[in-house]
Amino acid sequence: MTDVTTTRGVGGGVGTDAGRPDGVPKVQGRFGFSSDAFAEGMLWGRTLRSPHPSARIHGIDTSTAEQIDGVEVVLTAADVPGTPTFGLEHADQPVFAADVVRYQGEPVAAVAADHPETARRAAEAIVVDYGPVEPLVDAEAALDADPIHPDGNVVRHIRIVHGSPDDVTGDVVVECEYEVGMQDQAFMGPESGLAIPDGAGGVDLYISTQWLHVDRDQVAACLALDPEQVRLTLSGVGGAFGAREDVSLQVHVCLLALRTGRPVKMLYSREESFFGHVHRHPARMRYRHHADRDGSLVKVEASLWFDGGAYASSSTAVISNACSFAAGPYRVPHARVEGWAMRTNNPPCGAMRGFGSVQVCFAHEAQMDKLAAALDIDPVDLRLRNALEPGDRIITGQRITGVAPVRECIRAAVDLPLPTVDADGNVAPVTLPGGTGRTADAEHVRRGVGIAVGFKNLMYSEGFDDFSTASVRVEVGPDDEVTATVHSAAAEVGQGFVTLAQQIVRSELGVQRVQLRPADTVIGSAGSTSASRQTWMSGGAVQGACDDVRRAVYERVAERRGVALAGARREVLRLDAHGIHHVDQGWVVPLAEAIGDEPVEATHEFHHANTEPLDEDGQGDAHVSFVFAAHRAVVDVDPELGLVRVHQITTGQDVGRALNPRQVIGQIEGGIAQGVGLAVMEEIVLDGGRIRNPSFTDYLIPTALDMPVVDATLIEQPEPGAPFGAKGVGEPPTISSTPAVVAAIRAATGIDLRRVPVRPDDIALA
Amino acid sequence: MTELDTVGDASVSYGLRINGRDRAVQAGWLGESLLYVLRERLGLPGAKNACEQGECGSCSVLLDDVLVCACCVLAADATDSDIRTVEGLGDGGRLTDVQRAFLDEGAVQCGFCTPGLVIAIHDLLDRRPDADESTVREAISGNLCRCTGYGRILAAVAAVQRERSGD
Repeated sequence: MTDVTTTRGVGGGVGTDAGRPDGVPKVQGRFGFSSDAFAEGMLWGRTLRSPHPSARIHGIDTSTAEQIDGVEVVLTAADVPGTPTFGLEHADQPVFAADVVRYQGEPVAAVAADHPETARRAAEAIVVDYGPVEPLVDAEAALDADPIHPDGNVVRHIRIVHGSPDDVTGDVVVECEYEVGMQDQAFMGPESGLAIPDGAGGVDLYISTQWLHVDRDQVAACLALDPEQVRLTLSGVGGAFGAREDVSLQVHVCLLALRTGRPVKMLYSREESFFGHVHRHPARMRYRHHADRDGSLVKVEASLWFDGGAYASSSTAVISNACSFAAGPYRVPHARVEGWAMRTNNPPCGAMRGFGSVQVCFAHEAQMDKLAAALDIDPVDLRLRNALEPGDRIITGQRITGVAPVRECIRAAVDLPLPTVDADGNVAPVTLPGGTGRTADAEHVRRGVGIAVGFKNLMYSEGFDDFSTASVRVEVGPDDEVTATVHSAAAEVGQGFVTLAQQIVRSELGVQRVQLRPADTVIGSAGSTSASRQTWMSGGAVQGACDDVRRAVYERVAERRGVALAGARREVLRLDAHGIHHVDQGWVVPLAEAIGDEPVEATHEFHHANTEPLDEDGQGDAHVSFVFAAHRAVVDVDPELGLVRVHQITTGQDVGRALNPRQVIGQIEGGIAQGVGLAVMEEIVLDGGRIRNPSFTDYLIPTALDMPVVDATLIEQPEPGAPFGAKGVGEPPTISSTPAVVAAIRAATGIDLRRVPVRPDDIALA
Repeated sequence: MTELDTVGDASVSYGLRINGRDRAVQAGWLGESLLYVLRERLGLPGAKNACEQGECGSCSVLLDDVLVCACCVLAADATDSDIRTVEGLGDGGRLTDVQRAFLDEGAVQCGFCTPGLVIAIHDLLDRRPDADESTVREAISGNLCRCTGYGRILAAVAAVQRERSGD
């Protein structure tokens, strides 16, 4: 652990490997996750879900369920007092299906009972008379199919016309169709929450989520309550990765609590979790790349079909990202991109780490390799030649005004050493493709190396007024030590914002002891823990609140000492761990003395720079900032068995500035794990709209044996306008790691792989 | 076997020995897993419930010194066993070397898999103090982590091995 003292003289500030404030309870098993919540006399809630991807509901009979001993209430659509639908961006999803169900797993009813097993049996005892309907399961076919929802089947269509795409062609043209399967976030802590009625018609909800305030607003609308009557407190979150952006059980559990007048806990099983949250959009993408003979990109054409499933969720923003970043982090003078987010009877899809960039990166990087082969240019050189630079425009016409170290990322990834081969040729059998099965024959194993580069936006785009609120209170404790308390509704989901909040206060105020109030809806919104935005947005809010606190302290000291602050050409007071110094007069007032028994508190609302919507040609300054990364993958493949082991991944990542380098490395390694998963193992397998593998037995995520060694170089070029110059770091590792792995498999096998995840038969039967 | 009408018809009281203490379970349903009884009846939520299918290892506990998934053990079937959970590690709330290494190496993110991994790594290093990296990877491959990519966890294991061997 590096031990760097801040400019204000205390340890554990910005730029250090400060430890997590929630670390000790987490390693001791004492940290309170939402699934650990408990209240005396609480009931257990349970959801009944549709077994059909598409059906009419002719009737629901709850009488048998209601008669079971221990069952307190059974609720259906008729019991929803407020708005019957909810949704992150469009309220198009019923709290309970009333007359039709549009996906397998759609909630139809909910029960509350005195034991989870009783609740399970009661849900099973509800008789629903379904009339199954042939499901619509193809996103392209949905364009001309009968609408499956009153809002129609096209959730959003975007067209980007950049430059003069009709007027130019390249010397060399490559084209291909690519597919990405449906990935699940597969966080470890299942959806869970505890709702407690307040006895006055309102409710308190303890919940794991990514955005407390947007949950609150949806719950209040569906329950016909004022927002003030619905109070949310963040309960420990066992991972999120986008899957907790949408409401899952929030409305159901609050409704059950209000109807029974008792605390109700809901907790999804792993199987129910697969049905209870949105997934990453599956995509079909057709690309045509044009380049000059020397390797300069001329034009990119693409049509992107994203399957949003039954309800809108965040599909409108996902398809916008997919279109904006469809050509990759390259200079592309001409482009024509059409993107469609479609409604089908497949499971709803929404946010997952990488958010639209992941799918298109798989395609545009495969295209770059095809182009390199057609031009007989090294794939790394082709990317270096076309890499975006500051001042370049992306295909939405937006000029990059911040840093864009694309070439540095690429060079860092390819300059890190390749894995060494044991001189004696000894390989642990367990590290061969197939792992513990020990089925691969070492003599057949072939090694391949691949590279990929990706980028995306930070924060929300297209004119959204994104903000975060934080308050900082500084007071003197009973032990005469100064304590700072931070209050923010930012959801800590594991990424480490709680650590950064402490670090920022230490660096800004020179106060060592920083505590955090629970995140709740008492304070204003912090926005969502997504889009790699909390470091910038809530970090900015905490920094702003510290600024306000410091100014208030300066004014208090100046008044007592008779110093004029107004009109000075420079700061005459300075704050560090010893107190408030007068720069010229040399005196020091300790912070504890300045504060005395009058705590100083400030609340700050931080907004990022304005953005604008895309116009009818998909042009406009829609994004705040961009972030880049490159990955090189080394894989071992047994071509006969079709088995792959990813051996090493190196990466260069644009981080702006690493506020906590150890946490940044944790984000990079964890993000790469999810990219490796999408490359070679993770897919929700659908059959006629039905999920075939809703368990960790059949939906495989990387284990410690599947994960490669990761070697990362952080590219630190402070981003103008970003608090501390820091960029969010969570998403880039998940974007280009997937195409790098697939490129390496292509290099090892010579097979033209066009779909992820790569399955054994894609290799063995090719 | 006949279908039981209510959960209460199959309730039973019994004792469990957990972390060296005798604990009574009053009127528990016979079908309850050890994981459920620990978490919901005995106030020991350290074992986590990520899958309840024996696939993820987040509910790892030691049953007579054997690492098991508490979700796959019937509580009423563990009455004759010595059960150790994450709450029983350390002395008077002090951190063990594995727990300390998890913090020092940055192995904790959301923390949901952490208690199970801490138990599994103690078990491994007690049995195989000099396990090489591929052995460590295989030994903890039954403990799924979705946040870290395992890199910092492997670093924590290596740090404990160095410390215990006096390097």
